[in-house]
Amino acid sequence: MSHATTNHKMSAELEAHHHAFNDDKTQFGFWAYLMTDLVLFATLFATYAVLHNNTWGGPTAGELFSMPYVLVETMALLTSSFTVGMAMLAIFRFKQTQALIWFVITFLLGAVFLGMELYEFNHLVHEGLAWHASAFMSSFFTLVGTHGLHITVGLLWMGIMMFRIVKQGITHNNVRRLTLLSLFWHFLDIVWIFIFTFVYLMGAAAV
Amino acid sequence: MFSTLTTLFANAAAEVRFELLPPPYVIGIVGALAGLLVFAALLKFKGWSWITKTATYIWKEWLTSLDPKKIGVMYIIVAGLMGLRGVADALLLRTQQALTNTDIGNVMTSDQFQQVFTAHGTIMIFFMAMGLMFGIMNLVLPMQLGARDVAFPFMNSASFWLFTAGMILINLSLVFGEFAATGWLAYPPLSGIAYSPGVGVDYWIWTLQIAGIGSLLSGVNFFATIIKMRAPGMRLMKMPIFAWSSLCTTVLIMFAFPILTVTLALLSFDRLFGMHFFTSDFGGNPMMYVNLIWAWGHPEVYILVLPAFGIFSEIVPVFSRKRLFGYTSMVAALIAIMFLSFIVWLHHFFTMGAGANVNSFFGIMTMAIAIPTGVKVFNWLFTMYRGRIRFTAPMWWFLGFVLTFTLGGATGVMLAVPAIDFQVHNSLFLVAHFHNVIIGGVVFGFMAGLTYWFPKFAGFKLNETLGKIAASCWIVGFMVAFIPLYILGLMGATRRLDHYDPSLGWQWLFGVAGVGVLIIAAGIAMQLIQLVVSFIQRQKNIDLTGDPWDGRTLEWSTTSPPPHYNYAVTPTADHIDPFWYAKHDKKKAEAPKYVDILMPKNTGAGVFIGGFALVFGMAIVWKIWPLVFVGLFGAIVTIIIRATHDDPEYVITAKELQQMEAAHAKGGAA
Amino acid sequence: MSHNNNQHHATHGSYGSYVVGFILSIVLTLVAYVAIVNDWFTGMGALLFVTTLAVLQLFVQLLFFLHMGQERGPRWNFMTFVFAGIVVFIVVIGSIWIMYNLDYNMTHKMTPEQLDQSIIEDEGLGEQGTSDHHHEEQTEHHNH
Repeated sequence: MSHATTNHKMSAELEAHHHAFNDDKTQFGFWAYLMTDLVLFATLFATYAVLHNNTWGGPTAGELFSMPYVLVETMALLTSSFTVGMAMLAIFRFKQTQALIWFVITFLLGAVFLGMELYEFNHLVHEGLAWHASAFMSSFFTLVGTHGLHITVGLLWMGIMMFRIVKQGITHNNVRRLTLLSLFWHFLDIVWIFIFTFVYLMGAAAV
Repeated sequence: MFSTLTTLFANAAAEVRFELLPPPYVIGIVGALAGLLVFAALLKFKGWSWITKTATYIWKEWLTSLDPKKIGVMYIIVAGLMGLRGVADALLLRTQQALTNTDIGNVMTSDQFQQVFTAHGTIMIFFMAMGLMFGIMNLVLPMQLGARDVAFPFMNSASFWLFTAGMILINLSLVFGEFAATGWLAYPPLSGIAYSPGVGVDYWIWTLQIAGIGSLLSGVNFFATIIKMRAPGMRLMKMPIFAWSSLCTTVLIMFAFPILTVTLALLSFDRLFGMHFFTSDFGGNPMMYVNLIWAWGHPEVYILVLPAFGIFSEIVPVFSRKRLFGYTSMVAALIAIMFLSFIVWLHHFFTMGAGANVNSFFGIMTMAIAIPTGVKVFNWLFTMYRGRIRFTAPMWWFLGFVLTFTLGGATGVMLAVPAIDFQVHNSLFLVAHFHNVIIGGVVFGFMAGLTYWFPKFAGFKLNETLGKIAASCWIVGFMVAFIPLYILGLMGATRRLDHYDPSLGWQWLFGVAGVGVLIIAAGIAMQLIQLVVSFIQRQKNIDLTGDPWDGRTLEWSTTSPPPHYNYAVTPTADHIDPFWYAKHDKKKAEAPKYVDILMPKNTGAGVFIGGFALVFGMAIVWKIWPLVFVGLFGAIVTIIIRATHDDPEYVITAKELQQMEAAHAKGGAA
Repeated sequence: MSHNNNQHHATHGSYGSYVVGFILSIVLTLVAYVAIVNDWFTGMGALLFVTTLAVLQLFVQLLFFLHMGQERGPRWNFMTFVFAGIVVFIVVIGSIWIMYNLDYNMTHKMTPEQLDQSIIEDEGLGEQGTSDHHHEEQTEHHNH
């Protein structure tokens, strides 16, 4: 029979061995998935690089973006990458309340980032510069929007994990899942470095 | 008498006027009626309780299973069915071109012809070839590595069900609406909303998107399996070459499929949200689509062929009774091919106007990639040299491969020269080349693999004679079908046309090609008959030892079929061809020491994810937005529920293992 | 099985590593920002400068936040990242190179005369073009 017929328990030693192996394999698999996400973003960057000058008579990147605004966004996300690191250190030291506080801060910073980004998008749409205005706008909205979608998924994941820590405490499964979440969150900040650089800074750079 | 018959037949056909195939929804209605008929017959002759018992069995033991052996079988069944549909498409295409300038005339309209060749390509690549590949990997890879399962068993199931959702979606396009009429890669602007306003291209996009995500996740899964789950002692340079080829394939999958995901998404954004990535106006650049789709598309063809190479690396040593020649150079060749396949993609659009520097670079890289491939072919031949060869059916497929694939490779090197390519790009020469390498390489490789590993999973061998007849039909049929196409291409015949002017005098070549396809169809019929006959003869061909071919790798050390846990005790594998070594080792095997093991529990979550993906796909094709959200939301919730599941495994104790192994030894089935 | 029991605890880092990483990232971000906003560089210079800073920040975050390269045992995470990086480079730079090349021959931006002139200049056909033209004129003149 190829499914469970009885409810045996394993010895503690075998269980620990299995957990360590499982964690390592899962973390590696998730890292491999993040590498595929990297190529996904690379394709979006390539598309932006090729199409960003095709404004169809509309304003260019430099004319559209407020640099101080973007700097605040960037700092929010960067700080959240730091605070999620703090949260994970607390998790590994089994300090539940401290971890939760750091996660709440991370969540809020991420939400601020996302809110500012949505506000910027909304502003552009109201200026008549939505994603269908030109190839430049399409590639801008898609590249930045895909990153924002990933952030949204990360926030959702973070919310669920915070709930589970409150409910179950710092269990083995929760530690493994939080490790993956922190990898994801750091990865998203790394991608943002390049969006900030190539979309916003280079957009604003003088020719 | 004969001429009277042909005249009668031609007149009758002219009367019936099959210029128009019946509308696809007719197929749907007929299919539904046939299904109802089958169901009614079962109800009458077997009864309601038999139906519920069988359905429960299929759900519990197969659909919700996380056993890669079962998932592998399901992949192969789906891929086989879709292969039959792809072959039916091919028959339609060949028939149209063969009959168009005769008295019988057109078999279908031009629009139908375009949908048929689009469907043919899409189905063969994404569902037949990819499906067989994942099927064989699922069946063979964990066992070859000495493992019980893949790294992420649930994700494996989810991948299969996403693949199946895509399969169902593309078949629904046959009944509801239309399919894309753009060719299997759907270049814009033709595939944009302005020139393809119907649902056809949307079906194409979302079928590929859904199945593509399944493929990407499988790539990650098998990559982690090979890196992390090898048996103790099995260092990378001691792995079977099939495992090495799978490793390189998974790397290609992981880094190429995201490009496809993005490109399909961008096209769908153009169509759904009025964006301008690939439109002719508002700054869009259709050439960027061609660039990106082939940046995926070239690695894709190596994703298809590397596992086939790996299969040959398993088969040739076994049937030559000799270790594989040049293990290290085989590994080096695989790695070289893996790397080079990322820097050749422009050869698919030399004529798009990139200029001499760019074309030269990619032309040279393309020629370079033929070198490691040649190394592999020589190594297989050197393995055979001075071996004690058994010409079984798998070897017949291999020899067919050597004959056909080298021809296809040679024409590939010709095409790699931009100057030559400018003459034959998008001609029937190109069509002949890629069918040459795909059929000769990929298809023959998978046929050989299926024949070779069939006894392990079914418990009995396939009928040898029918297998050899089938292989012969395929080899001869392929030559008869495609050599004319090479000639036509060199004479200037453009691809994807449903008729050519009769004054060119080419019609007889299309007739020959049509005969070739019929020979291939006979080969397929032989294979179907082989399945039935082998099942009937299964007691005669039963495999009682688990090692019907005198194999070399670990999977042959299990029973046929293997127990669901593969190995009661994880084997150690300190040598290349570890099973061969163990069989000939003078040391007496120790008594096995059983320990408790963990196995994944069955779950329906994969089925639900596939189901919600199908709802999402159908809804977004037809722009039924509430259903789109239902599909999306349902899939996400299912994933979250599964991901937060804390107890996905169950224990098999050492004692239970001992009992099951003893029962197997007594000759009982798993 | 070929796995490392201790891998799970190998790569956590310390408070120090996160703080250093955070401060360095802030500095790199601000320097790039100030450089662009104040026009310290323009054109290709600006691109090289900010790209360098971005890549530096990438390494900072890989090292101090993701503890890359610090795993004990075979460095699979690192190798996977390197190969992914190579593919990223190929896709981005390759696409830019190819599309730029394709664009070169697109005539929608120029009039036919402008196109002729730009090709003559780019390909260095100046001498040849002129002498041919001369030759034609002479022949015509001769025929009259």
